[in-house]
Amino acid sequence: MPTQEEVFDKVRTALVDALGVDDDEVQPGATLVGDLGAESIDFLDIVFKLEKGFGISIPREELFPEDILGNSGFVSGGRVTAEGIAKLKERMPFADLTRFEKDPRVQDFAQQLTVEDLCRYVKMKVGG
Amino acid sequence: MRWFWIDRFTEFVAGQHATAVKGVSLSEEVVDEYAPGATYLPASVIVEGMAQTGGLLVSQISDFKARVVLAKIGSAKFHCVARPGSLLEFRCQLTGSPPSGAFVSGTVTSDGQPLADLELMFAMLEDARFDKVVLFEPAGFCRMLRLLRLFEVGVYPDGRPVLVPQHMQDAERAELMVF
Repeated sequence: MPTQEEVFDKVRTALVDALGVDDDEVQPGATLVGDLGAESIDFLDIVFKLEKGFGISIPREELFPEDILGNSGFVSGGRVTAEGIAKLKERMPFADLTRFEKDPRVQDFAQQLTVEDLCRYVKMKVGG
Repeated sequence: MRWFWIDRFTEFVAGQHATAVKGVSLSEEVVDEYAPGATYLPASVIVEGMAQTGGLLVSQISDFKARVVLAKIGSAKFHCVARPGSLLEFRCQLTGSPPSGAFVSGTVTSDGQPLADLELMFAMLEDARFDKVVLFEPAGFCRMLRLLRLFEVGVYPDGRPVLVPQHMQDAERAELMVF
């Protein structure tokens, strides 16, 4: 079982390779989109590198819950409903959605994922 | 302008690896017009040659139905330039093919000497977002694959030949009916 530091090191390597950022830019609290400049196409690269690095399989919907965010049953007026938030939390227990909950605009969701979230996700996948 | 940056495949093992060659010629405009006074094939075009080699390796997995596009150049390291008269060899292998994308690692040599190391990422256009986008009309696409001699050298890992897919044969037949 990899330690927290080992997970962080591998996640950092994946992000440095995929996004061309410097090692020291990859801080636990950094958001992938806002702080590290990830674009949608980069997520494919990040997922591939994490799958290879950790020997895990990452179903798209676990990190990018488009089925929830695009479901009219969970979205109203461009904002995720309370039911939708509950569904997101159930799907993504590794993600800290506290900030998103304050103003859950669908268009802002992609901005939420942090390096720390990603590390927690990987740790969960490898059984930690 | 024609957009072939490989001349033909010399090896093609479906889902695994492929090799293509290209002769660099002074008759190609980019060779002497890209940097007047210096004659060489621009690096960007060499990347495109690898994208064509690797992209077709990826596309074949779906019988050339998936709309495969070069999405990202993971890394590109060049060791020398490709002068007219030299023979380039593009070798690539598939390193990953998750459902919505694929990764290819490749090397290019010029007359046997290391020219470039490349890592490329390809994406497949999703039906939900790009349902109207047609990258290649099937009969024309098939013609291109024949020109590149892909079906002459293409095999599966067990040795079976890679055949012209039925949907491409149908498209070629339909095109002939028009004339």
